[in-house]
Amino acid sequence: MFFWSLVLIAVGIFSSFIYGRSRIKLNSKKQGTKSKSLPNYYAQYVLMWCLFPALIVYFSWAIFQEQIIQNIVISNFEYIEGAVYNEGLLLAEIRNVANNPSFADGKSIEIINAASHYSSLRQISQISFYTSIIIIMLLGALYASQKLKPEFHAQHTIEKYIQYILIFCSSVAIFTTIGIVFSLIFESLRFFAEVSIFEFLFSTEWYPFIPIREGQTAAEGSFGAVPIFAGTFLVMVVAMCVAAPLGLLTAIYLAEYASQRVRKIVKPLLEILAGIPTIVYGFFAFVSVAPFVKAFGQSIGIDASPTSALAAGMVMGVMIIPFISSLSDDVINSVPQSLREASLGIGANKAETIKKVILPAALPGIVGAFLLAISRAIGETMIVVVAAGTAPNLTGNPFENVTTVTVQIVVALIGDQEFDNPRTLSAFALGLVLFVITLFLNIIALQIVKRYRERYE
Amino acid sequence: MSNSKILANSVDVYYGSKQALFGISMDIKEKEVTALIGPSGCGKSTFLRCINRMNDLIEICKVSGSIKVDNQEIISDKTDVVSLRSKIGMVFQKPNPFPKSIFDNVAYGPTIHGLVDSKNDLEEIVHSSLKKAGLFDEVKDRLNEPGTSLSGGQQQRLCIARAIAVNPEIILMDEPCSALDPIATAIIEELIDELRLNYTIIIVTHSMQQAARVSQKTCFFHLGELIETGETNKIFTNPDNTKTQDYITGRFG
Repeated sequence: MFFWSLVLIAVGIFSSFIYGRSRIKLNSKKQGTKSKSLPNYYAQYVLMWCLFPALIVYFSWAIFQEQIIQNIVISNFEYIEGAVYNEGLLLAEIRNVANNPSFADGKSIEIINAASHYSSLRQISQISFYTSIIIIMLLGALYASQKLKPEFHAQHTIEKYIQYILIFCSSVAIFTTIGIVFSLIFESLRFFAEVSIFEFLFSTEWYPFIPIREGQTAAEGSFGAVPIFAGTFLVMVVAMCVAAPLGLLTAIYLAEYASQRVRKIVKPLLEILAGIPTIVYGFFAFVSVAPFVKAFGQSIGIDASPTSALAAGMVMGVMIIPFISSLSDDVINSVPQSLREASLGIGANKAETIKKVILPAALPGIVGAFLLAISRAIGETMIVVVAAGTAPNLTGNPFENVTTVTVQIVVALIGDQEFDNPRTLSAFALGLVLFVITLFLNIIALQIVKRYRERYE
Repeated sequence: MSNSKILANSVDVYYGSKQALFGISMDIKEKEVTALIGPSGCGKSTFLRCINRMNDLIEICKVSGSIKVDNQEIISDKTDVVSLRSKIGMVFQKPNPFPKSIFDNVAYGPTIHGLVDSKNDLEEIVHSSLKKAGLFDEVKDRLNEPGTSLSGGQQQRLCIARAIAVNPEIILMDEPCSALDPIATAIIEELIDELRLNYTIIIVTHSMQQAARVSQKTCFFHLGELIETGETNKIFTNPDNTKTQDYITGRFG
């Protein structure tokens, strides 16, 4: 149904374009004046008036049709006294019967009636859908064709419409973000209705169990997220201990020491690191690094667990090296050459120039790069799921199992879950915390980078 | 020959496969101002940057020939570039103070070269350098403000102070006034005249009036070749070469 309607719309806009073009030529010939804009702009004008109303009809039908039909079918359904119905199951049954008459065998008469009601409603909907699209396109073209006079500035109007289209496109992403934030907030509010926010933020016990049977008291859950935040922080610190020096020194080498040729090869290679799927890093961490960490821990007399904050953090550190090195390389490069020359001209050597002039000048940008890397590290999921473990230990020992915010979100949502108990809802509260933290880190980082840019451009 | 400070002998410079300078030979005397003039792209800045090996920063640049500073060959792998550059200060076309305080800008050179032992000595050097650059009275109350907050002319004098703080013998100036207004230019020109008493100065300039005002010797470059060199008075009144004549009378360039 919707495919053919797209064909219909395509035919409509094509003919409206041709119509607009020939109509304006005719009109300006009749009046003996030249039109203010080129004929194509008038054609586009008619096309837009034809297309956009049709698209609005199309999408509103696509979104609301099924819902409305179902409501009508359900409200007209002949309930049998005393029987208990599940609305979702009932609807599924009706739809099945309507789509495939062979399912009708053995169904009650009410359902068969409802199914035929459903089918007829769909047919009506389809016919009215095509009719309204044709009518709306004709109306649009009619309205537009009234404007097709040589003295009408079609081009200006088109420019304005194009601006609206661009605004619409850019607001899609923004509104999606806002939608995500609101869904996080509402679900979190449901969570905080059952678990106090103080318990969540300040208590140190995370046992997200819920009673399976009514009256089961042994498994009361407790939702103190402190060990999770601590675990996230620990993994992030380990990652930054790896990534900050390696990334920064790489950037210094690339920007100041490497020849153009080396730079051209090494920089893209490093950026490939950022393109490796994180789950691949995850099993690298689990299969190669974690056993090494365990063996190393044993050799120095520390009892390391098979998955540890150290293993996950180290691999995550490698993953975020390109963020730091690439961004820092850019800011170091944008330190004006004149500062380098000034310093070298006084007789400073390269190391002094880098330490005393270039790094201080690039520092705000480098800090910005670090903050972006941190927000990437605390939002990272797959590596920690695989390599850090799931035990909510409140510990500062990187050889132990820890868990992070993202891991707990995964754990809470895995499996067959209903969104009505605090265990699943805790995912949203954790997500909200994660979102707020990374949002602030990003804002601060962008501010720092911006201020730095203003100084030299 | 005894008091020639810089002696260049058939210097060739290539940028990749393109030759920028053709057999430049030049004799620069101590405590004089030498002006390098010529149309854009004639190689005068390239030559200037050979003297403190600044061309090393450009990967594709190759320099051959001989330049002797105080009878020491500097176009050689064995040259200690760092000590060469501490002996030869440089002032650039655009004022380029570090994004540090005025004090730290001037203190930078003495600190990295270990010229001072105490804070007092450092202060002494900074103050005297600023005085020599004619900037001290204007900034003495705000030495802790960033160097970039000064006006263009003040920034350029700060750069001169920064250069003379390491006690160089030669100062190279690459169009030091091209980014400045006439008043700031006049102040810098006066300063150059004073500095001549203690330093050997080589200045690249586009302004022939400036060359005439500040220099004792003038060298005219054209298309990578040194066309004529001599007393400034003579170059500007009675040049030997017709190309020089054409250039200074404004017939080309």
